[in-house]
Amino acid sequence: MKILVIEDDREAAEYIQKAFDEAGHTADVAADGETGFSLADSGDYDVLVVDRMLPRRDGLSVVAQLRARGKTTPVLILSALGEVDDRVTGLRAGGDDYLTKPYAFSELLARTEALNRRGQSKEVETVYKVGDLELDRLSHTVRRAGREIVLQPREFRLLEYLMRHAGQVVTRTMLLENVWDYHFDPQTNVIDVHVSRLRAKIEKEFDSPVLHTVRGAGYMLRAG
Amino acid sequence: MAALRAIWNTTAARLSALYLILFVICATVLVVYMTSLSTSMLTAQTRDTINEEVMGLAQAYDRGGLPFLVRVIEQRARQPGANLYLIANPDGRVLTGNVQSLQPGVLTTDGWTEQPFSYRRFGEALGEADQPAGHAAVAIVFRLPNRMIVLVGRDLGEPEQFSRVVRRSLVVAFGMMGFGALLIWFFVGRRALLRIDSLSEASRRIMGGDLTGRLPVAGSGDEFDRLSENLNTMLARIASLNEGLKQVSDNIAHDLKTPLTRLRNRAESVLTGKRSTRDYREALEANIAESDQLIRTFNAILMISRLEAGNSAEPTTQVDLAETVQDVVELYEPVAEERKVRLTSAVAGPAVIPANRELIGQALSNIVDNAIKYSADVEGRAAEVSVNLEQSAAGVVLSVRDNGPGVPAGERERVTERFVRLEQSRNMPGSGLGLSLAKAVMTFHGGRLELADAEPGLVVRMVFPPREAAA
Repeated sequence: MKILVIEDDREAAEYIQKAFDEAGHTADVAADGETGFSLADSGDYDVLVVDRMLPRRDGLSVVAQLRARGKTTPVLILSALGEVDDRVTGLRAGGDDYLTKPYAFSELLARTEALNRRGQSKEVETVYKVGDLELDRLSHTVRRAGREIVLQPREFRLLEYLMRHAGQVVTRTMLLENVWDYHFDPQTNVIDVHVSRLRAKIEKEFDSPVLHTVRGAGYMLRAG
Repeated sequence: MAALRAIWNTTAARLSALYLILFVICATVLVVYMTSLSTSMLTAQTRDTINEEVMGLAQAYDRGGLPFLVRVIEQRARQPGANLYLIANPDGRVLTGNVQSLQPGVLTTDGWTEQPFSYRRFGEALGEADQPAGHAAVAIVFRLPNRMIVLVGRDLGEPEQFSRVVRRSLVVAFGMMGFGALLIWFFVGRRALLRIDSLSEASRRIMGGDLTGRLPVAGSGDEFDRLSENLNTMLARIASLNEGLKQVSDNIAHDLKTPLTRLRNRAESVLTGKRSTRDYREALEANIAESDQLIRTFNAILMISRLEAGNSAEPTTQVDLAETVQDVVELYEPVAEERKVRLTSAVAGPAVIPANRELIGQALSNIVDNAIKYSADVEGRAAEVSVNLEQSAAGVVLSVRDNGPGVPAGERERVTERFVRLEQSRNMPGSGLGLSLAKAVMTFHGGRLELADAEPGLVVRMVFPPREAAA
């Protein structure tokens, strides 16, 4: 995955670049809004990570102009501001996701990877398959090795989200945002308990685990 | 000199001076106007008297000729306070009259003498020659048909005395006004000056760092007292805010120091001695978890400050609290089950209010989280948490009731403050910010957060104002 990071804090940018490299991606860095805009406009990036406050040109206007020029590259907006309306304005300007500083890199990585996958057209698929696990979005049924598993509506949505991002790390906040539509920090271990309930249903009586816990980050649905 | 300048620099002194000047100008204009009016009236009266005299004399001459006229004049001239009379030959030699000497040239001009002239009566001692000018008078000079010259005049003593009186009273009045201005300055100005001086002195002390200092109140209830009282109330408010801020920063410092110390110690201990990769890994993972908790705490602090500052522009939409209750209960249901807490909800019906769904959801989760955390593992009874949504004319009330240990009455207000945790819950997980955030959210929505005894346990009520009063 090719990522463009538009961030004026040198140290933060270098750290992000290195971390993306280690995760197997390539990241370019632009230190101001103008450079960032021309790179994003001409280059072929999978995801843009844009800081809101930038010298020469602010992040939101960079995103808005890219969108006006027909660029559909997914954008993750980074911000030191964190009010709900900041997120709303960020998304309205054309951002696809929003992350408040300070953040954990695992969170940034997970969200960036999720955005990249969204660029591909998994949304239109009606049946998700991970190993012998199968989820039919139309008939709302889940099967594993041909056997039907009965899930509560919320459990179904949880599994649907995990399967759409199969092979990727999904954080707890991402789950709370996408499955429950709340953007605050999940308290204690509410999400974990939901996930372990789901895990019990899709792994019990089957020999191989599919829903893995990634320590310090979140969860990943992966066959084998 | 410097003292004088200081006095001049006061508003009171300047005002006194200004009033003094204004009064003097007004008084002068008034007196001059009145004097000139009175003088011209007196002069006109004098002339009328003389004209009448002349007419009388003319009749006497017509009746008895010159000898009769002379007799009449001699008779009149003898009366006390008489007018001036004089009859002279055409060549200027005096025949009779009560005027001893005249300013030269008066007799030779016919008609009214325009300017007052000086004269001397008969019988006036020559020893008074130190007043050579004699008395001032006005007169008319006319000629009889036989070319004899007749002068009738009147002494100007009366009008002159009048202007003298006026002049003297003017001086007295000016003196009194000056004295009055001084008095006003002394009693009003100086008093005000002293009060202001004591106020400045007190505020200097307070600025100097003595925040417990207050401005003096004389007890007279005047403007200065009201000003002092208002400023004192302001100072008290500042002091209490300052105290609150100090307490919050103390708490923040304390509560952030603990995890930071843990972070540091863990890193340090894993670096000393020979360790396996697994040890390093575990320590790093623990540190990441600890840092995440710190970030969470920071975000909560920021959120509370923003909401409390009140200038936050969090968007509000029409939110059905019934849905929020359902969401949150559903979110916490597995946790409750895991901790053997019976989580139930009772919703009377949809309750749509203008609110921020995110904030309400977060506040309610914090409260439910607390309720589960504290009611679980209480020996002797089955833990129960119930979430109720009720509507009445007084507003919408969202309450969370648990049957845990509760919060002592005296501590209920305190536990909603930042970082305040009860002693018995110090070892429970949590940041001590959950209820503070819930309270800030309720304040933001124009409502309030109430804590009460659930007998046993605690009931936390999120009270929203009636719909028409809600923002």
